[in-house]
Amino acid sequence: MGIPAFDYVRPANLADARKAYEASGDARYIAGGQTLLPVMKQRLAQPASLIDLGAIEGLSCITVDGNTLTVGAMTRHAEVAASPDVRRLIPALAHLAGLIGDPQVRNRGTMGGSLANNDPSADYPAAVLGLGATVHTDSRSIAADDFFDGLFTTSLEEGEIIRTISFPVPERAHYEKFAHPASRFALVGVMVSKGSQGVRVAATGAGQSGVFRVTDMEAALGKSFAPSAIEGIKVPAEDMIADMHAPGAYRAQLVGVLARRAVAAALE
Amino acid sequence: MPQITLTVNGTPQSLDVPANALLVDVLRETLALTGTHVGCDTSQCGACTVHIDGRSAKSCTVLAMQANGARITTIEGLQKGAELHPMQEAFRKHHGLQCGFCTPGMIMAAVALVGDKPEIDEAGVRHGLEGNLCRCTGYQNIVAAVLDGARSMHSAGHTTGKAGG
Repeated sequence: MGIPAFDYVRPANLADARKAYEASGDARYIAGGQTLLPVMKQRLAQPASLIDLGAIEGLSCITVDGNTLTVGAMTRHAEVAASPDVRRLIPALAHLAGLIGDPQVRNRGTMGGSLANNDPSADYPAAVLGLGATVHTDSRSIAADDFFDGLFTTSLEEGEIIRTISFPVPERAHYEKFAHPASRFALVGVMVSKGSQGVRVAATGAGQSGVFRVTDMEAALGKSFAPSAIEGIKVPAEDMIADMHAPGAYRAQLVGVLARRAVAAALE
Repeated sequence: MPQITLTVNGTPQSLDVPANALLVDVLRETLALTGTHVGCDTSQCGACTVHIDGRSAKSCTVLAMQANGARITTIEGLQKGAELHPMQEAFRKHHGLQCGFCTPGMIMAAVALVGDKPEIDEAGVRHGLEGNLCRCTGYQNIVAAVLDGARSMHSAGHTTGKAGG
């Protein structure tokens, strides 16, 4: 298949990456490349320049500061899944990371790359929105509620680079996923958490505008954190993705089932 | 053309590669290491699996430039002289193949998988091979081979997939 020619740079710091981006006029950043390279093979993206973020110091890290777990944007999914700190403090996040794609993809793909791409069926958007994380870029900090902005769209400005993502450590959390058996993308995935920001429920793979919070469930779980509390709460089928893999009603049903399972597992 | 250095199966290589060259193309076309196969070329089938710094990766979905400075191990790098790697031997013994096209990728994925998880069970092997497709065998003998290969690797002191080059 091959990829059409492009200019390639591998800057050593964020400022140089930004400069290269602005100088090009038609650049894309490449993190793990597990989405961008297949997309370039299909000619769905044909940037004139690729700016590889792989050599920038400090973007691959997992640190703990008090009640906050911070993950560098270039941290691979496999590193998040295996990290003793993540497994101890937010096991739901380690569990989610271990369900992304397959081992080879998890060894290359990065949290920052996944978030910047904001695929409506990707797992990490559910983690960031469902855990109430904050995305820190080279110029500002963006709350999860302000970050996701529709299909494959975020509030990142042109050229802006994700540096780290910080997660408040929840009291309880769990992620339940119904994976597409071939692609391993979430047909639906639901992250439920209870912590300093109250109860949060975020669903991925389901909504026509990408990841979303299920606020009715959050309110009910805020009163009683039990699967039975959300038994009758439904999301509108007409707002769900409908494709050859599942109609909207099927995905709407899955949101409810997976949310109840996630609450039950979070209580264990 | 940009120049990169790779250590491939223990041998340092300085190579001029175009920026758009995929790692698998450099391995197969430039270095003539044709044991690494291209199956789907869409990062689904895993036939192109190699180790980059000891971690399994689909070399059809990595730019050679991204691997600059890395240690690469391909299927050709597992064997020690005439002696097969324990995982290769296990695939032979259990006949974990039919046509053999997926086998190099399967073996590279399996070595990385069990290197990370010495106590792996059947469910772990099946989950861990989700990135590799075989259209012949139904996986039964592949899973048996990986479980046996894991035991042999650990008794032979191949404690980690990262050891292989």
